[in-house]
Amino acid sequence: MTLGHIMFYVLGAGGVASALLVVTRRNPIISALYLIVNFFCLAGLYLTLNAQFIAVIQIIVYAGAIMVLFLFVIMLLNLGDDRKLSDAITVRKVVGAGLTLGLFMEVLYILLTAGPADSERAEAAGIALGTVEAIGAQLFTTFLFPFEVTSLILTAAIVGAVVMAKKKLD
Amino acid sequence: MPMISNAPLIVLFPLAGFLLIGLLGWKYRNELVIGIVGSGVIFLSFATAVGVLFEMASLPEEARRSTVQLFPWIGTFTGTSGSLGVSVGYQFDQLSILMTLIVTGVGFLIHVYSIGYMHGDKGYWRFFTYLNLFIFAMLNLVLADNFVLMFFGWEGVGLCSYLLIGFWYEKTFTGDAAKKAFIVNRIGDFGFLLGMFLIMRTFDSLSFTSVMSSASVMPTGTPVMFWIALLLFVGATGKSAQIPLFVWLPDAMAGPTPVSALIHAATMVTAGVYMVARCAPLYALAPDVLMIVAIVGAATAVFAATIGLVQNDIKKVLAYSTISQLGYMFLAMGVAAFSAGIFHVMTHAFFKALLFLGSGAVIHGMHDEQDIQKMGGLKKYLPVTYATFVVGAIAIAGIPPFAGFFSKDEILWNAFSSELGSPVLWTVGALGAVLTAFYMSRLVILTFHGKERFDHHHVHPHEAPKTMTVPLVVLAGLSFVGGWLGVPASWGLGNVVEDWLNPVFEPARHKLMLAEHESHAAEFTLMTISVVLAASGIYAAWRWYVQHTDVPDRIAGKFARTYRILLNKYYVDEAYDAVVVRPTQTASDKFLWKGVDVIIIDGAVNGTAKVIAIAAQTVRRVQTGVAQSYAMVIVAGIVAVIAALLFI
Amino acid sequence: MVPIPYYLVLSAAMFMIGAVGVLTRRNAIIVFMSIELMLNSVNLTLVAFSVATGTITGQVLVFFVMTVAAAEAAVGLAIIIALYRRKQTVNLDEINILKW
Repeated sequence: MTLGHIMFYVLGAGGVASALLVVTRRNPIISALYLIVNFFCLAGLYLTLNAQFIAVIQIIVYAGAIMVLFLFVIMLLNLGDDRKLSDAITVRKVVGAGLTLGLFMEVLYILLTAGPADSERAEAAGIALGTVEAIGAQLFTTFLFPFEVTSLILTAAIVGAVVMAKKKLD
Repeated sequence: MPMISNAPLIVLFPLAGFLLIGLLGWKYRNELVIGIVGSGVIFLSFATAVGVLFEMASLPEEARRSTVQLFPWIGTFTGTSGSLGVSVGYQFDQLSILMTLIVTGVGFLIHVYSIGYMHGDKGYWRFFTYLNLFIFAMLNLVLADNFVLMFFGWEGVGLCSYLLIGFWYEKTFTGDAAKKAFIVNRIGDFGFLLGMFLIMRTFDSLSFTSVMSSASVMPTGTPVMFWIALLLFVGATGKSAQIPLFVWLPDAMAGPTPVSALIHAATMVTAGVYMVARCAPLYALAPDVLMIVAIVGAATAVFAATIGLVQNDIKKVLAYSTISQLGYMFLAMGVAAFSAGIFHVMTHAFFKALLFLGSGAVIHGMHDEQDIQKMGGLKKYLPVTYATFVVGAIAIAGIPPFAGFFSKDEILWNAFSSELGSPVLWTVGALGAVLTAFYMSRLVILTFHGKERFDHHHVHPHEAPKTMTVPLVVLAGLSFVGGWLGVPASWGLGNVVEDWLNPVFEPARHKLMLAEHESHAAEFTLMTISVVLAASGIYAAWRWYVQHTDVPDRIAGKFARTYRILLNKYYVDEAYDAVVVRPTQTASDKFLWKGVDVIIIDGAVNGTAKVIAIAAQTVRRVQTGVAQSYAMVIVAGIVAVIAALLFI
Repeated sequence: MVPIPYYLVLSAAMFMIGAVGVLTRRNAIIVFMSIELMLNSVNLTLVAFSVATGTITGQVLVFFVMTVAAAEAAVGLAIIIALYRRKQTVNLDEINILKW
């Protein structure tokens, strides 16, 4: 039981628990806050995988930027504690949960029946793999074109968001 | 042979005119241009036909027949047995070129006449479009070298007849007349079509050449030939307005007068006669049908003439006269005097076109008045029309040396002397001739002589313009001299028309084993009798309508019943109405519409729609519109696909 | 080091939790957050495989996913705002005109 193991179990348990709370809480604000917890747990998990860059931008972009947007919208629409949306157990929910559980079982079955992964090689290469330097080198050489295309996506998203949220559409 | 190879142009000129005027006329409504183009193309056809005629005449008798194939039309062109190979091809022989000359010649004159007659009509361009299309169809009918193309022309002229009868479509009765003409013609056409089917089955071909040559070696009097000939004759009775399908022709007078002259007197209605003549070798194999043809023709001749005695509409009189004259032509066909029949077609085209155009000039001058009881004394107002009209009337009455005398007499003589004829047929024909002379004289007298019975304040009779009178004069000339082409052989001058046509009909006459009769004495006697009869008819009319004008009324009063029957045209229309039209309407209404259509067809259609609607009402519940249920289906799909990949 | 399959199971669990949220919740915002949850679990898988195979492509892909997720969040939230303006609700059961 190394530190890595302990961290994995703690963060994994935290991630699953916070995810469960996200989908079960009635109040969207609370859900959103648990989602931030979940993102932090994930960032930790990335660190255990030696993916430092991803871990950092997980916190900066997700927990920082995106979640702020979520909270902002929830509060803008004043959706906090919306009792009217209280969810009764319906057939659809049962079926949905059942289907998802079935899917989970199938995935689990695949993972358990698959052969053991080669973790030794990972151990060796992992340290240097997830650094900003390594990713940056890849990003600006091999993936330069997709990288540039993301700027277009972001521009389109900005324009789209502005147009959508404008008060008078017509 | 330069002319013959150009001969299809005869047909193509009117088509070009039709397309030109039909496509551009509505836009450039220049009456002068339309009139010149419309008449000009017919004249070009006529000129080409004349060229072909001269070329044909320069050839020896056996070489005069030729065909020009333009292009394959239906099926294979190999002409092998069992395959329906129909081509667009034209046949030029003595018969078809003569008919072509009549159609284009008289047609051209009537086109010229129409320039004046239709002046100012808002459908001017439409009129010439239809007329050109009609000539195109008629030439196809006449020149076709197979039954299918002939049928195309046959239907084409029927269509044009329909369009032109209903030309003034704003009036209900013109539309009704057009529909009546079309439907009655359809009945006849159905017979024609059945006859064609039988020919196809029997001869394995529809081209005239092969059918006629096969027919020449067939035995006489077989049932199948009887039916072929009879069914073709049914077609002819429809198109040529014979008993029992004549009812459409009087109503067809609702159309413009040039149409009555061109289609319903000179050309289209003679198509039936032409068809019988064209199929003479087939009829030669069915002497029984020839007898039927003769009887129907003779009966129609007298029947229509009696109705014509009492009609008061100037065009109706002429219409019944046309039916009557067509009866003579069929009488000629029936006694195998094919040449005489076609000769009568020719002379009749001249004088009946003349009479119709003359009546058109009268109607034109009288501001659309057609009732002869409201005319009278028009002689001094319309001198040219009067003179030409009288020429036409004398011609049709059968007074020598006018055209009608020669052709009618030829028919009567054949009806008497032919082995297929009989004195009875001659008597009936002669009776018709008296009646014809009488009603034509009555028409002339009531229209042009006597007191002026019209209202002088409203009607100012005036002579027609030059474009109308010139054709009248030309036709009058033809009515006068046209008959000289067919001077009886017994006069020793040579019968040009018959000599010209006889080679075409020789096989048929040979098959019937008809001998030429050379009893000049009998012929002269009969001729004299018929002239005397015609003269007496004219005299009677003159006496009753000029000298003792009270006689007609007295007779009408005395034979009130007969008079009423005649006035109402023997109640044939009413009888058809009661026997055919009304039961059909009732059956259509009660059974076909409210039964078959509403319950079965609508029921099936609506039922199908209803079933689908119900099914859709049920199935559409799946489409909740809630995106999550769709997502659920996606997940279910993923589960199923993975399960399938893992476990199957 | 923790074996890679552990990460995969964890990722699958979080993905399923997100999926349940998407399928069962009626609040559009929470559904949207559940979608983010699913995206993140996929990111975890990508990073895990990146490490397992010793190539960096997986992590680059995560970078792109995050970019797209940011764009998606912006547009998605704008849609929710627009919807709320029109229908005064974010209850997905009431936003059901996409039918018949």
